[in-house]
Amino acid sequence: MQHSKTTTQQTMPNTKELEDFVTQVRRDILRQVHKVNSGHPGGSLGCAEFFTALYQDVMEYSSDFTMNGIGEDLFFLSNGHISPVFYSVLARSGFFPIEELCTFRLINSRLQGHPTTHEGLPGIRIASGSLGQGLSVAIGAAEAKKLNKDSHIIYTLHGDGELQEGQNWEAIMYAAGNKIDNLIATVDVNGQQIDGATDQVLPMGNLKAKFEAFGWDVLEVKEGNNITKVIEGLNEAKSRTGKGKPVCILMTTVMGHGVDFMMHTHKWHGVAPNDEQLENALAQNPETLGDY
Amino acid sequence: MKKYTNTGNKDTRSGFGAGLTELGKSNENVVALCADLTGSLKMDDFKNNHPERFFQIGIAEANMIGIAAGITIGGKIPFTGTFANFSTGRVYDQIRQSVAYSGKNVKICASHAGVTLGEDGATHQILEDIGLMKMLPGMTVINTCDYNQTKAATLAIAEFEGPVYLRFGRPKVANFTPEDGKFEIGKAVNLTEGTDVTIIATGHLVWEALQAAEQLNESGISAEVINIHTIKPLDEEAILKSVKKTGCVVTAEEHNFLGGLGESVSRTLAEHFPAPQEFVATKDTFGESGTPEQLMEKYGLNAEAIVKASKKVIDRK
Repeated sequence: MQHSKTTTQQTMPNTKELEDFVTQVRRDILRQVHKVNSGHPGGSLGCAEFFTALYQDVMEYSSDFTMNGIGEDLFFLSNGHISPVFYSVLARSGFFPIEELCTFRLINSRLQGHPTTHEGLPGIRIASGSLGQGLSVAIGAAEAKKLNKDSHIIYTLHGDGELQEGQNWEAIMYAAGNKIDNLIATVDVNGQQIDGATDQVLPMGNLKAKFEAFGWDVLEVKEGNNITKVIEGLNEAKSRTGKGKPVCILMTTVMGHGVDFMMHTHKWHGVAPNDEQLENALAQNPETLGDY
Repeated sequence: MKKYTNTGNKDTRSGFGAGLTELGKSNENVVALCADLTGSLKMDDFKNNHPERFFQIGIAEANMIGIAAGITIGGKIPFTGTFANFSTGRVYDQIRQSVAYSGKNVKICASHAGVTLGEDGATHQILEDIGLMKMLPGMTVINTCDYNQTKAATLAIAEFEGPVYLRFGRPKVANFTPEDGKFEIGKAVNLTEGTDVTIIATGHLVWEALQAAEQLNESGISAEVINIHTIKPLDEEAILKSVKKTGCVVTAEEHNFLGGLGESVSRTLAEHFPAPQEFVATKDTFGESGTPEQLMEKYGLNAEAIVKASKKVIDRK
C-alpha cells in the first residue's frame, strides 16, 4: 500500500483493508519489542489507527524519501518512544524494507530505540525522544512551506504527558501568534504516562480550553482507536487549515489498545511482553498482511 | 616583528550584523531568527530589508532552536541570534537532539559572550559555552576576534553545510584583520613569527596577544601569535608546527580554562608533542558586574596576563 503524492485518491484503501493494516501493525509492534525485551508497546498500540490513517489515507507524500519533502505533506513524531508503530507503518508504506523491522533496537541498526536521522532511515526528518521538541521543529517546517509557497500540511503527534514539557507552550503560543495555519498537531490523550495516570502525576486540566485560550482551533476525536473516526477527524482538521489558526486534534485513545491485558494501564508504557504474553497478544491480533 | 594596526574600535556583533545584511542580499535561502534581542544582535537591517525571512520568536529560546532545526527542512539556512548564554546552556538539549544529532544546517550566532558583556554580571556572562558546544558531535565552533573577521565568518558559515556555533561579543574592540578577508573554517591564522613561545589566542584575546607579543619583543622574547578562530575542528597541524619550533605555549581565551580552547590545545599536545602550557582564561569561576576593561584585568584576560604567562612558560621549558 504505497502512496504517491499524485495518486492518493486512486490508491485509497477501504475500511477493511485499513483495519487489516492496523492489526498487522499491532503484531509488528509486539514482535519488535518482544525480540529485544525493550521499547514502548503501550503508546505504540494506542496510536496504530492514527499512523495508519495518516500514511494509508490522509497524507499526500512520496515514499521515495527526500529530506526537504517539497510538495508533500510532512509528519513529525514528537513522542519518539512510540517508535515501533512509526517504524512499522513507514516500512509497510514503502519507506524501507519490512524485514528491517527485525533489527529494532539492535546494534548497527537504522531502527534506533528512538527515531533519528542519524543513520539515514527514510521517513524520519528529525530525532525525537527527549520530549517536548517536536512542535517547534514542525513550526519551522511549516514556516519553510510558507516561504516555499508549498501548500502542503505539516502533521505532528504528541503524548498528553509530553505537554508537561514547557517548550510545548512556547511553541503553542508562537504558532497561534504567527498564524501557522498549515499545521495539524494531534495530542494522543491516553491519560497515562510512565509513573501512572497523568491526573496523578501532574494534572493538566482542560487541554481543550488551554489550546483554545492560546488561540488554536481545537477539535476532539473521542474514538481514537476507530480508524473511520480518526480519518474523519483528520479530514475535518485538514478542512480547517488555511484559516489563520493552527489546528489541534485532541485524540482520545487507549494505551495498549488491541491487547486486553495491556489496556487501561500505564504498566505497559515501557515494558515488553514475555514469550507467553506475546503469544496471547498475537492471538488477539491475527496475521493479516504477513509478518516480517 | 610584524605589526598590526587598529583601524578603529568596533564591536564584533556589528560585524555579524553586517555579514547578515550582506547575506540577505546574496543568499535568498538565508533566514534569521531572534529571541527578542534584535537590536543587541545587530539584526535590524536584515529584519527591515527582508521581513518575510525574519522570525521574531519572542523570549523563547528553546522554541527558537526547534524552529531553526525545522526550517532547514525545506532548504532554508537559519541564523539564530541571542546572547551566548541563552544560545547554549539554556537550550543545550534542544541543540543536542534537534540540531546536532539530527544533523541540521543551523547557524547558532551568539553575542555578548564572556565577561566583556560587562555590567549585567554573571547571570549573562557565559564562560562555559565553548566547552558545551565543542563537546557536541558534528558541531563546528568559531570564536572571532574582531569586526572584520566576524563579518567574514558570518558569510563563510552560510556556505558551509552543517551546524555551527559562532561566538562573538558586545564591546567595541580593536579592528585589525583585513577588510573583506577570506575566512577559512578550521584554518589557523599565523599573525607573527617567533621562536621562544607560541601564543594561541581566540576571540577578544587575539588583540591582547598581539599587544603582549610587542611587549615581549621589547624585552627580547620572540613570540609567535596564532589566531585560532575555529576551536573545532582545531587546526592541529598549525599548532604542532609552531610548538615544535618554540617548545612551549600560552593559550588565551575569554572562557573557563575547563573545556575551552586551552584544553583542546592540551589534548593535541599530549597526543603528539607534550610541551609546557600556561592558560590565560578564567579559572573555574563566574564573572561579576564591572566594565569590560576592569573585568578583563581582574580575571587575568589581558596583554599583561599573557606576558606574565609567556615568561613563566618559557622558564618551564
